[in-house]
Order: sequence, then structure tokens, then C-alpha cells
Amino acid sequence: MIGNNLAKRIVPCLDVDMGRVVKGINFIDIKDVGDPVECAALYDKQGADEIVFLDITATHEGRGTMADVVARTAKKVFVPLTVGGGIRTIDDFKDILRAGADKVSVNSAAVRDKELVARAADKFGNQCVVVAIDARRRADGGWGVVINGGRIDTGLDAIEWAKEVERLGCGEILLTSMDADGTKNGFDIALTDAICKSVNIPVIASGGCGKLEHFSQVFEETGADAALAASLFHYRELTIGEVKNHLKEKHIPVRI
Amino acid sequence: MIAVIDCNVGNLFSVKNALDFIGEKSEVTSDAAVIEKADALILPGVGAFPEAMREINKLGLVETIKNQAKKKPLLGICLGMQMLFDYGYEFEKCAGLGLISGEIKTIPAEGLKIPHMGWNSLKFKNPSPLLGGIAEGSYFYFVHSYMAFTEDKNISTYVDYGTEVTAMVWDGKYVFGSQCHPEKSGEIGLALLKNFCRLAD
Repeated sequence: MIGNNLAKRIVPCLDVDMGRVVKGINFIDIKDVGDPVECAALYDKQGADEIVFLDITATHEGRGTMADVVARTAKKVFVPLTVGGGIRTIDDFKDILRAGADKVSVNSAAVRDKELVARAADKFGNQCVVVAIDARRRADGGWGVVINGGRIDTGLDAIEWAKEVERLGCGEILLTSMDADGTKNGFDIALTDAICKSVNIPVIASGGCGKLEHFSQVFEETGADAALAASLFHYRELTIGEVKNHLKEKHIPVRI
Repeated sequence: MIAVIDCNVGNLFSVKNALDFIGEKSEVTSDAAVIEKADALILPGVGAFPEAMREINKLGLVETIKNQAKKKPLLGICLGMQMLFDYGYEFEKCAGLGLISGEIKTIPAEGLKIPHMGWNSLKFKNPSPLLGGIAEGSYFYFVHSYMAFTEDKNISTYVDYGTEVTAMVWDGKYVFGSQCHPEKSGEIGLALLKNFCRLAD
């Protein structure tokens, strides 16, 4: 039988503030460790299947800077580029896509105005609309959707929200476990599995990975299509190549 | 000079950026004179089949592209590849450029996620000159919900996704198509574009 032959994707994420990569990176083989374009190019060289820029700038001028970063990156990096953070309107989508991004990720803006997801999908196609869901375990055993870095509980149920955004036309879910994030104890398998089983669009697992085995675990135990990591790659604790070699040894399809 | 044909759909600049990166002179254009003067043509496209065909008709480029494709290499990418065929069935039946015989219909991948999005590995059928130096099994980036149904002789590569999904086509002469995005497929994608540009020399 011919099945799904897609490679599982490894996605590094770069936090960008005012056009500069934040967090103390100690890449040794690039000149400017704060330049997102150089960092993205290095990740591309290491075999990243896609690169995510998360814009953490709070100001308006910072946003314009982000479009410039994307435009410069798109001249040097030839793998799909996703941009998230601070996207609120259809015009924001347009600016970032026109600059050269392939996908745009929305988080709290989708919660505040779910029609934004529908309008963006209609206008630009489902494939470029990513909804980022930050989920946290509730006392009753389910998961709630939180925004603003976990400071605000939206009252939404994560599984219901995932189904809803799929219905609205979202093409992919970037799922972050707020319980696992930063722990380095591994991806949140229960959450990722529950979301993957609830939707029929790709899910990127995020939050919690600390070692090689966490990557194979999330692909073996859930239906996740991709795994995202930020600090693990930033601080060179692992390279993308090491992760992919490990997955290959485990017979998980990866692009090498 | 490579003419990147602009029919007001999708992001042409990723193709332009890739050509700049490999040092190939190119121009994004919807001007028939520029298309006629070019050494080779690239027809990119993201979006819906009927809308793209309407645009290309409105620009009056259908005959230009058809005539030019008889004498110089043409590469259709993604929706641009789909437009090379006789008919598309996205939303409605719509005539394409008719440069390669076949039709565009939804991917019959039961139980699998649509769009077919991500990196998939090529299998060879009748490899075209674009595949010089590219090994079978190489991964290319795909994003699409519709695929080409055509005779085996036109298919240079395919990928497994619930069915044999047509990945690249060639008419045996000047007309090439790539369902996947070479401009988003890293080094191997750039190698394919280089092979195409070499045909123009």
C-alpha cells in the first residue's frame, strides 16, 4: 500500500526583537550572532525543514523591521519561512507574505477575532494560515487555551479550539504546551496526541524538548508532523543534523 | 535572461530570489515582448486554477506562452505546472494552456491530510534533463491539494502520498513542470533551477 511518505519536519524557532535575535546565542561559525538572517541561513545549512521567526517586538516600528528581516532572509534562505507574533490584521498578513514569508502564524489575535482566520484563509489560502495554540492542563484533566505567555486564560478548551480553527480554514496548528515549555523533560505527549487525533491538519509540537530521544518520542507516540525547538538549537545543545540522524536511526522519515 | 511570468497570483519573488541567488539574470514580467525576448520562461503560481487562467487570459498571454513554448524552455511551478495541462477541475471545469495532455483533479489520498504539505521524496519514472545530478529519493517541498493526471510518458518523477502523486512532468521537448517548489527546496531545489537555466544557454 502506498501511504504517507512525508518527512517529519524539524523546525528551529528564532525570537526576534526589533530586528535582532534575542537570547544569547553562541554560534561559532557566523559573524553576527544577533542577525536573524545569518542565524536562519545557518539553520538552513544544518538542514532545517522550515524556519520560524517569532516577532516579540511590542512596537509598531518593530513590525516594519520584521518585514525587512523577512525580505532579507528570503533572498538567502530557500526553505519555507513562517512568521508569527503580533499579527492582528489582514494587512499584517499581506505585509509579511509580500516580504517573502510562506506562512503566517496567529495566536491571541485569532482568539480575539476568530473571523481573522477565516478571512486570511480565504484570501491567502489555508496553507499559509497557522494558528499557534498555547495550552495548559486544567484541574479537570483537559487543556485550556492561554494567551499572553500564559498570563491570560481564555476559557477556551484546547481541543475544541483546535477543531474550530480547522473549521475556520487554518492550515496548520503550532501547539505549545505551557506545562512542558522550558522543562526540558520532553514534549507533552498526552496533549499533542489529543490534538492530533482531533484534527486533520498538520500539527507542530512545541515545548519541552531537552534531548534527542524527545524528538523520536513525539513522532513515535503522536501524530505530530513537525517538532519545533528554540533554545535547544540556539545554545547548540543539539544541532539539527544530530536530531535528524537520530530520527533516521529510529526509522522515522526525515530529509537528510 | 529568464522571464518569470507574472499573472498576478502568488509570490513570484521567491522564484526571482532563487534565480538571483544562483546568479541567473531574470525579469518578473507580464509583457509579451519581454517574454518573446527571454531565453527561457518560468510560470510560477500559487492560488486557484480558474482565477490564474482568467488573469492570464486577461493579460492576453495565452498564445504568447503557447508559441514561445515551442522554441524555448518553459518551467511551470506548482499552479504554474497545473496550468500547462488541458483542463483543471478546481471549483469548476476550466481550460488550461493545453501544452501537455492531462487534467488537474483533487489528490485521491483517502485518510491523508489535504493539502499535501511538506517534504516528500522523489521517485523516478522518465527522468528529464532537469534531474541531472539529482538522486532518486531527494526531498522536495510540496504544498497542493490538486494533482496532474497524465500519461506515464509525461511523468518524470512522482511521490507517494496515498497514491502516485505527479511531482514533475516533461513533454520530451521544451515544456517542464514541477508540482513541488524548487525555490523552497533548499540546495537540491536550487540545483534543479540551475539545470533548467542551463537548458536556456
